[in-house]
Amino acid sequence: MSTDLASDDAGYEHYEAVVVGCGPGGAAAASRLADHGVETLVLERGVEAGSKNVSGGLIYAEDSAPYTIDDLFPDFRQEASERPVTDYRIHNVSGRQVKSYDLTGLHEHDTDWCDAVLRRPMDSWLEDRVHEMTSETGGGVLSGVRANGLLRENGEIIGVTFDEIDPITADVVIAADGVNSELARDAGLMDWEEPEDWFQGVKAVVDMDPETVNDRFDISEGEGAAHLFSGDLFSDVRGGGFLYTNEDSLSIGTVFHLDSLVEEEAEPHELLDALLTHPLLAKWLGDSYDEREYSAKLVPDSKKVALREPYRDRLLLVGDAGGQMQAQGPIIKGMNHAVTAGALAADAVALAQGEGDAEAAGRRYASMLEKSGTMEKLRPKRYEYSSRVSERSLTTRAVEGVLNSRVGSAAVGNRIADRLLRRAYNSPGLVGMLPDTETGYVTLPSIIGAEHGRTIHWDNEIEPPSLADRIGDLTYDTDVGNPHIRLRDESFEASGAAVYACPVSAEEFGGGCYRSEVVETNGSEERLVSLDTQPCVECGTCAVVADTEWEHPRGGKGVEFREG
Amino acid sequence: MRSIVLTKGVPDFSEGAVSFDEDGHLERGKTPTVMNPNDEKALQAALQTKVRHGGHVSGMSMGPPGYGEVLGEAMEEVYADDLYLLSDRELAASDTWATAITLCTGIEKYADEIGGVDLVFAGFKTADGETGQTGPQTCWGLEWPIVTHVLALDIDPDERRLRAKRLVEGDRDEIETVEAPLPCVVIADPEFSPTYRKASHRLTHKRLRAETRERAEEYEEHMTTWNQQDLNLDPEYIGLDGSPTIVSSVDPIPKAPSEREATVIEPGGEGMEELFGEMNEFAAARGD
Ligand SMILES: Cc1cc2nc3c(=O)[nH]c(=O)nc-3n(C[C@H](O)[C@H](O)[C@H](O)COP(=O)(O)OP(=O)(O)OC[C@H]3O[C@@H](n4cnc5c(N)ncnc54)[C@H](O)[C@@H]3O)c2cc1C
Ligand code: SF4
Repeated sequence: MSTDLASDDAGYEHYEAVVVGCGPGGAAAASRLADHGVETLVLERGVEAGSKNVSGGLIYAEDSAPYTIDDLFPDFRQEASERPVTDYRIHNVSGRQVKSYDLTGLHEHDTDWCDAVLRRPMDSWLEDRVHEMTSETGGGVLSGVRANGLLRENGEIIGVTFDEIDPITADVVIAADGVNSELARDAGLMDWEEPEDWFQGVKAVVDMDPETVNDRFDISEGEGAAHLFSGDLFSDVRGGGFLYTNEDSLSIGTVFHLDSLVEEEAEPHELLDALLTHPLLAKWLGDSYDEREYSAKLVPDSKKVALREPYRDRLLLVGDAGGQMQAQGPIIKGMNHAVTAGALAADAVALAQGEGDAEAAGRRYASMLEKSGTMEKLRPKRYEYSSRVSERSLTTRAVEGVLNSRVGSAAVGNRIADRLLRRAYNSPGLVGMLPDTETGYVTLPSIIGAEHGRTIHWDNEIEPPSLADRIGDLTYDTDVGNPHIRLRDESFEASGAAVYACPVSAEEFGGGCYRSEVVETNGSEERLVSLDTQPCVECGTCAVVADTEWEHPRGGKGVEFREG
Repeated sequence: MRSIVLTKGVPDFSEGAVSFDEDGHLERGKTPTVMNPNDEKALQAALQTKVRHGGHVSGMSMGPPGYGEVLGEAMEEVYADDLYLLSDRELAASDTWATAITLCTGIEKYADEIGGVDLVFAGFKTADGETGQTGPQTCWGLEWPIVTHVLALDIDPDERRLRAKRLVEGDRDEIETVEAPLPCVVIADPEFSPTYRKASHRLTHKRLRAETRERAEEYEEHMTTWNQQDLNLDPEYIGLDGSPTIVSSVDPIPKAPSEREATVIEPGGEGMEELFGEMNEFAAARGD
């Protein structure tokens, strides 16, 4: 029974701008709107910004970008980031053999600076700054509030509806609500259909005191290391691993093509463990392993889903919500593009103020993304050409065949090839075109590892926690009796992929979200899937790979990341 | 809009904090004082009013100087602007009646000297006395209307009226909506829940919280203590002398025997008879 008495007398509250989500995209948009004197209200579903967010953690400031995070928040690097990356390597793995290349060249291309970050401290710091700035213009940031849809009048978007507060109308709505944006979906701009359009990232934050970090990575205070991993470490699943140093911890994770995870029926936590327990990592992890947090999140593939026109009516999509997440080979750039897009969207709004039609800001925004070169980075035209050649399975198979033959291996394996490979890996153009096939992720790196690599003779002694322990260590505020995901189709054919692709579920594991069981009905056996959302880390995977009605939990409910 | 929230300190009855002597009497000295748990709802109701309609909220308490801390806590929760402690040795051992008279006098002094009061908020029952009388008695003294068991509250400042949903006879399924003119005393029910459905209200709430944080750390600077002289109270009406309530004796609740015997009684007519028989025997043995 409702005991609310508040009279809904005055209709909806109105703000000049409403920003949904206070990640890097939302924070950038809101701070820039405040600069322009626009009255801006920011709504964030987490108890605090960052409590829902995960990234691997390198935030780039590109020389060519019209906006970087420190343009908008000058103290960012001192206050909100961990360590700058001063050492950058990729390791091609084939069994125990590893060939490492220094990738500093690639890393430094177009890079003004690049820092490792943890999202809870970073985003909560941004939230405070944004609140200060937007309060000046009559707005502010409200956390613990979830947007649940768009408010329309005569079919046109005029505002946003929420779980916790009354609907709000606005002159402009900026959806910076990340991957699985409910607003982008409601607007019909994004769907969650094709596993090919997404990556899934899984990550562990490992405790390590600063001196040990410096020692083991051979760096000093104020320096940091980044290591990437590819090859046969993950069997045939397309993707790779990363390790970044933070102030007093390590971020270690994996990013895989979602379609490949589904095809290979791979368990994401086991793939992460394969990385953690590889002999190569022993020298960095030592023999005591203390995992602070396990987390996961979907990542859009901008090459396929970045919208060239990320707007509808007065709704503008920014960051992951608009698919603006660039995987440049092994380098992942999402946060920086979200920042750029957020700031550009705000500028577009300011420029379009006073222009009558609702889409004026959106049109300007799309054109600024194009003219600033941002869209070309996100969705390069040449990819659309090269993918047609390299992703065609026939070509791939032919190339694979050659590479796997003795001639092919020898070709990649000779000394000149070694030099060329080093150069190739450091060429942003070539790396950007690394086709999203096994060739780029598995075959080539493992041949490189086998042909050029040295063998690692020591063992890795660490034992990563079980999935049950990982879930047990997470903080949840469960919305009892109000699950945020519902299974629409319980058959294994429709939803079974979630049993393994869900990062907190596994075959034969009873404590996860998705389980499968064989049920006998009328004499015939049927394999069914059941769902318990309690351990859910809100990664979004099952929104794509299973037949569900998928929403985020109400504001402040669900998982709460402390590291991110 | 100007409100006063009444709050009081009580012994911390929570497990681990409370201490009893061998006879089962509460050891006040060894038990820390905390804010009366039900007062939290009064604070929330006052805060909701302040967030929605603006204005000034003062916290008020009668008790020993140590209650200042409880008021400090109240300031943090209700984002109170200032605090008033009615404290004097002469006021010690007041029962609900003497307390109500003292609080009434405090409120009237406040109204005369500080500003006219629109609302007085109090919690339902204190955790130590459990009488639930002080609020209504204070209201009687003020000659204001009172709305008790309030679950939800809305105020029309222009009409100077309040609308409240209240529990009828403690039954969750029977809720009535009442209206009352201001000034008025509001007793929040333990089930009172504040609602902030408007974004602007939540922004105000957040601003108030930030503003209060510093103030609450130095709450003593925002606290005024009024003693008996300040209040100009007739000694006959206050403290022990002014307290008609006589507590004849306090019965310790017998400790449950450590080894219990259980008798399983089958349901049905015979079973019930057996049950009553057993209960009679038990009562007789205890001397009730
Ligand atoms: C494992 C992994 C590794 C990655 N590594 C990197 C990397 O090294 N470098 C890099 O640049 N990027 C990396 N990324 C990608 C990067 O994290 C994202 O691209 C980036 O966070 C996008 O920013 P955003 O502001 O668009 O969205 P987010 O950061 O996701 O922020 C969205 C915000 O909106 C809030 N929100 C969502 N829905 C609602 C709602 N309905 N109502 C209210 N609030 C809502 C969320 O709580 C969140 O705070 C990685 C991602 C993963 C998963
Ligand atoms: S239930 Fe779905 S959203 Fe939740 S963790 Fe598993 S796959 Fe991710």
